[in-house]
Amino acid sequence: MSKSIKNISIASHQNNGLSSVQKLGLALGFIGLFILLLALFNVAFPNKTLWLSISIVAILGGIVFYANATYLNRPEGISNNGLFHQSLTNRGTIAWVIGIVLTLFYVVLYWFPKYLGLGEDGATNSGIIAFFDPLSLLLNGKPASQWFVYGTLYTMAILGLGYKFILKYRHNKYQLVRTISVMFFQLGFAFLIPEILEKLNPDKAYFAKDLKNMWPLNYYFFNEWHLKNMLEGGNLGMFMLVFGIAMIFIISPILTYFYGKRWYCSWVCGCGGLAETAGDSFRHLSNSTQKVWKLERWMIHSVLVFSFVMTIAVLFTFLSNNPEMSFITKDQFIYGIVAFLIVFTGVLYVFKRNDLDADAKFTMLSLVSIIVISILINFFSGNQNILFIDSNSLREWYGFAIGAAFSGFIGVGFYPLLGNRVWCRFGCPMAAILGLQQRLFSKFRITTNGGQCISCGNCTTHCEMGIDVRSYAQKGENIVRSSCVGCGICSAVCPRGVLKLENDTPAGRINSNEILLGNDVNLMELLNNKK
Amino acid sequence: MENIVIIGNGISGTTLARHIRKKSNSKIIIISSEAEFFFSRTALMYVFMGHMKFEHTQPYENDFWKKNNIELIHKSVTEVFPKERALLLSDNSTIRFDKLVIATGSKPNKFDWPGQDLNGVTGLYSKQDLDHLEKWAPTTERAVIIGGGLIGIELAEMLRSRNIEVTFLVRENSFWNGILPEGESQMINRHILEHHIDLRLNTNLTAILSDENGNAKAIVTDKNETIACQIVGLTAGVSPNIDFLKNSGIELGRGVKVNRFLETNIKDIFAIGDCAEQHEGIGLRRPIEAVWYTGRMMGEALAQTLTGNPTQYNPGHWFNSAKFLDIEYQTYGWVWAKPKDYEAQFYWEHQSGKKAIRISFHKETRVFLGINTFGIRMRHEFFDKILTDNQTVDYVIHHLAQANFDPEFFTAHEKEIQEQFITQFAGFQKIRS
Repeated sequence: MSKSIKNISIASHQNNGLSSVQKLGLALGFIGLFILLLALFNVAFPNKTLWLSISIVAILGGIVFYANATYLNRPEGISNNGLFHQSLTNRGTIAWVIGIVLTLFYVVLYWFPKYLGLGEDGATNSGIIAFFDPLSLLLNGKPASQWFVYGTLYTMAILGLGYKFILKYRHNKYQLVRTISVMFFQLGFAFLIPEILEKLNPDKAYFAKDLKNMWPLNYYFFNEWHLKNMLEGGNLGMFMLVFGIAMIFIISPILTYFYGKRWYCSWVCGCGGLAETAGDSFRHLSNSTQKVWKLERWMIHSVLVFSFVMTIAVLFTFLSNNPEMSFITKDQFIYGIVAFLIVFTGVLYVFKRNDLDADAKFTMLSLVSIIVISILINFFSGNQNILFIDSNSLREWYGFAIGAAFSGFIGVGFYPLLGNRVWCRFGCPMAAILGLQQRLFSKFRITTNGGQCISCGNCTTHCEMGIDVRSYAQKGENIVRSSCVGCGICSAVCPRGVLKLENDTPAGRINSNEILLGNDVNLMELLNNKK
Repeated sequence: MENIVIIGNGISGTTLARHIRKKSNSKIIIISSEAEFFFSRTALMYVFMGHMKFEHTQPYENDFWKKNNIELIHKSVTEVFPKERALLLSDNSTIRFDKLVIATGSKPNKFDWPGQDLNGVTGLYSKQDLDHLEKWAPTTERAVIIGGGLIGIELAEMLRSRNIEVTFLVRENSFWNGILPEGESQMINRHILEHHIDLRLNTNLTAILSDENGNAKAIVTDKNETIACQIVGLTAGVSPNIDFLKNSGIELGRGVKVNRFLETNIKDIFAIGDCAEQHEGIGLRRPIEAVWYTGRMMGEALAQTLTGNPTQYNPGHWFNSAKFLDIEYQTYGWVWAKPKDYEAQFYWEHQSGKKAIRISFHKETRVFLGINTFGIRMRHEFFDKILTDNQTVDYVIHHLAQANFDPEFFTAHEKEIQEQFITQFAGFQKIRS
């Protein structure tokens, strides 16, 4: 079967293209982008505030016009027509162009910000970074940095394409509420509040003020400079430190118990937010073969071990160098961690070993290897050298390989080629941790509705995490997978009403026995056993 | 080693093979000429619409069959010789079997319409039908679909997704009203029009006209109207695909006659799925059921029998589901389009005209008999238990919230439904208190 549909007829009404409002939307949006492009090439705009406003309004307005014309003129319902026929959404030329441009943008952003116009060593900004100075001065009182420009564009993408997503799924209130949440957390917690806090505390050194960005996703939380800045950052700094640690050990486990990891991954997280909005057009490109699932297990758990070891090493060095800033010694720290992890994995193994699937087993093994490495660290390390590697270079390598390369240019740059959750699936250490809890200790599951599944495969195709949802649904099994981020699209696209995201009692949640669905009265017996 | 040969790699044959393999090492051969690997034909429409690629319709990866030692033969069977325990294939080769299972599914009905075999005329059943549609669609301005059922409306949705004009001929005076009561049927009529489909009720096909190259160019209706079109979809139901068995000696009716153990009149030959015909319908079910899950269940049941645990096909309470364009439909138990004399029906429709439920119950005993639900998802588990326990309609109305299977945050309509039920069937309050 041909991959793309070519219209060779002059009589046919097929693929008759865009409506005039869609064209207007596209024109407006690209005028806005073009202004940014001119700024990038150092065109001196006479009134930067005005032109920046025009550009932002044009981009957002363009998206609104385009989305309205695309979705509001058809009855409410699933609108995935043509996904695998179009260049943008089926890895065609447009997809490759966008993928390459995005990737190059990330390369410049992370490693060559001067090409975007960042003024180095106190010099004033130029280019697109200078173009954002007015907004940056307004919000945080300082000239823009490359991160401010990036943050602004990122937020615009989530807001604009979030609006588009809402229209596309306007018949589905779960999607509506979830998307508003993602937009709210990005605009408020990741963008406005940190910038304003920075303006209110001009004399304090920088520390991450994005409240919701927690370790280990925020991999530098425990790095020396960040810890010091928080410890010396007055009340706000102390609050961020305590809140950050509470997020990891208290808030996150409780929320994950009640709602699954979706509370973070598809309701709050910025990476997830972009994936769900800007990345929505590419979710069906996530590979769902067994082979890639295997690769996923290896990769995400390697990153998990790497991130833990990096953090432990960095803290170890910090404690060695700054014993006066802490109430525990480096030995206590290491053995504390080791003891905690041993108890944690031990308890899981004793009480939950029957519920472990392949993913969870990998996570457990990862934790065990972290224990071993931690002990080795203590025996074979000086203050600076961790297992004969400089902890700073370990940190730098993590920042380069995981923080920038993986989450940035592969994670987002490859959206149009590999799907919208590459980072979340293969690289996010936080997703691995939350996933273990979701699998073993949570009320969340996707319930399969008895024998209604017709094995059509819409759920599997549109699962952004590449979960073969159908393989469970057609057997009448609930879906309880570590990697599920609870976006709810499988349930939305199911034509037979088979799938429902639910929080219910943990008992009987994982029903891995195959069922003779409906045949015999076995179904009833099974139901009775479950209760 | 025993040699089990299955003709047909649809849901029935495939389920059977998988379940035999779980319990036995016997040799398993599946023969199909339609596609090399099992795929879900219910998803063909989504491939055409661009929601999926064909490979997404395959529930198992291509190496699954080899891994599980299930041999696939991509040919068609032309004749069966029960005495010799052998099959003749299209390339004149033969295959021997110890046990034979016929799982050949259905074929679209054709009623000897003039022109029914022209280019541009197709059903919507097989992968080949999809290939044809892909080939013809780019040069099609208008299509005419004949037959107002589940497949007809799917084909209409497919063609509309590519902006092809669709005229939809329905013999009855309202869509699918042999199955759907009037309220629901009218609701779907309106939704069809909302999708800019030219719905012609009370209209039959008389003939399909050909151009000079043997392509369909128009159809003529029984109202003597000629409608120019390039694609004609024949979707007036399906019947068992069993022509190749005519001289085999296997007892045939409309389908292959089987008992509750899915055995034919000849020892060691079985039939499952759409092509199997029960001597008598089970419960209120029809003798032939062309439904996805019944095919699956027959495969599961027969696999037990063939691995030494004789098991009757016992499909339990009736249920089904479908999607009419954007409106989802589920049904549990029996709700008749024309109520039986013992049956009372309660109908609620949401003001949007896109959600509705109809509950059928026994006039005297008030025992719950069945529900049709449109635009609201309901739990299979819940109604299966209700039907088994012979609960009353009042119990169901009272516990409607428990039955709901809609995604979180969806607007609940239980209150509205309960209030209407109380006004209409006042007995409810007494039982509730």
